[in-house]
Amino acid sequence: MTLSAQYLSLAGRLEAASCALEKGGITAICGPNGAGKSSLLQILAGLLETDAGEVTLDGESLASLESRAKRLGYLPQAPEIAWDVTVRSVVELGRIPHRDAATAPVEAAIAAMDLAGYESRRAQALSGGEQARVLLARVLAGEPEWILADEPLAALDIGHQQALIGHLKREARAGRGVVLVLHDLAMAMNHADRVLVLDEGRLVADAGPAEALSSERIAEVWGVETRWLGEEGARALAHA
Amino acid sequence: MNRATLMFGVLLALALPLSLLAGRVWLDPASTPNATIILAELRLPRAVLAMIVGGGLGAAGAAMQGYLRNPLADPGLFGIAPGAALGAVVALWFGYAASAWLLPLFALVGAGGAMALLAAIAGRTGGIALFTLAGLMVASLAGALTALAISMAPNAFAMSEIVLWLNGALTDRSWREVWIAAPLVTLGVVLLWRTGRSLDALTLGEPVARSLGIDTSKLLWLLILGIGLTVGASVAVAGIIGFVGLIVPHLVRPLTDRRPSQLIVPSALAGALLVLVADSVVRVLPLVTELRLGIALSLLGAPFFLCLLIRMRRGLA
Repeated sequence: MTLSAQYLSLAGRLEAASCALEKGGITAICGPNGAGKSSLLQILAGLLETDAGEVTLDGESLASLESRAKRLGYLPQAPEIAWDVTVRSVVELGRIPHRDAATAPVEAAIAAMDLAGYESRRAQALSGGEQARVLLARVLAGEPEWILADEPLAALDIGHQQALIGHLKREARAGRGVVLVLHDLAMAMNHADRVLVLDEGRLVADAGPAEALSSERIAEVWGVETRWLGEEGARALAHA
Repeated sequence: MNRATLMFGVLLALALPLSLLAGRVWLDPASTPNATIILAELRLPRAVLAMIVGGGLGAAGAAMQGYLRNPLADPGLFGIAPGAALGAVVALWFGYAASAWLLPLFALVGAGGAMALLAAIAGRTGGIALFTLAGLMVASLAGALTALAISMAPNAFAMSEIVLWLNGALTDRSWREVWIAAPLVTLGVVLLWRTGRSLDALTLGEPVARSLGIDTSKLLWLLILGIGLTVGASVAVAGIIGFVGLIVPHLVRPLTDRRPSQLIVPSALAGALLVLVADSVVRVLPLVTELRLGIALSLLGAPFFLCLLIRMRRGLA
């Protein structure tokens, strides 16, 4: 059960690389601004065409895969809700690939994102953090095998960050694949099972978090001298 | 069926008989001489045509606003109405309009040309910004050619005929126009109705819609066809009737749950109601010559649009 991208390249943004991701864990994509993180995520989601190579899901090419939308849930970085629709309407959009109006997955997603009582509120009127949860609930309502999210923690306060990452971890333990673009390196260090580091379009590391996000690598890629504090699972990054 | 569909359906059912009786001379079926002929050959086709034209424009406006995710979008933005108008103007310029079928035919060819141009420029990539710009350019080109035709009209009569025709109206229309417009507008509304699910998905932006499995280039084709058929056929039989596509979705939206898919059918019904009522009002107004429907709706539409902008400005400030 793998999502793999081979020899992908995107003119001017990403160099050819190859990676094969496994379900059952959290994979973080890290790198400085402009490194190509969001592009890589969109390629994995089948939304960006590469110059060459292909993205495959369990050996089948994503480009021709009918069930892609059911199996991959994608959450972009910039939240957009065009009309003044209710929270429930937004979450229900997650069922579009299934062409059904199943209520159980919608209720489960609303509960999982701590949105009970918000169902009939207007999504546009919610705070940024609340909207982020609504939009993630939309992804969960589609019950995808893979969750591909671009900076899902960016707009959240620390409490909701912990709750969300805890929830994504549970989803991963339950056998889903979770791929997150993360700016917060401590989040990636503490919660990811695997980290891909991108630097100016090159994939410079693909390893466990301790190796991929070593102080030496951070100095090399981000150009900042840092050291890790604390114990495994609860590390914090300090300027050296 | 949602609340708005039911409401506008009922209002339309109430307005239709009233509209049949309304006019400079109010009809009393019992006492007016030749009432049956007046109803069957003059007022009924005019009322049916008003509903077809209004319904098509209302549905086109709702789909257009949903697609562009912009409450200020109007189906005229696609350049299809100006394209159809140009076709009709060409027919008038050459004096072909004397034959009853040629003017609508030319207008449909004009609408088809605008659609083809749009599809050739923007159809393959399916980007919303490129598409809107292409539509604006098609509209601008057709508008310029129409102005050229007016300024170079062969005689004063042709010129006044063109200018008069451009301000849409339903005067002197018969069942022939109904038979031209009805199948095209119906097909167009069905195509637009089918875009509903995709338009809902677009609420969360184009990348999300695509990740949900929406084929955005297919959506664009459906919209070009749907709007081309509804707007093209409306212009072909009634001339330019502006603002319906802009106002109607606005009036209807607060009565729905604001999902674009829930707006298309009630907007078709509300558009039918608006044009039917407006056409009855211009007939009843005690003026020497009947006020052109296109002018009347613009007189109503422009202040409405200004109010909308003021309200939005307050909201944004």
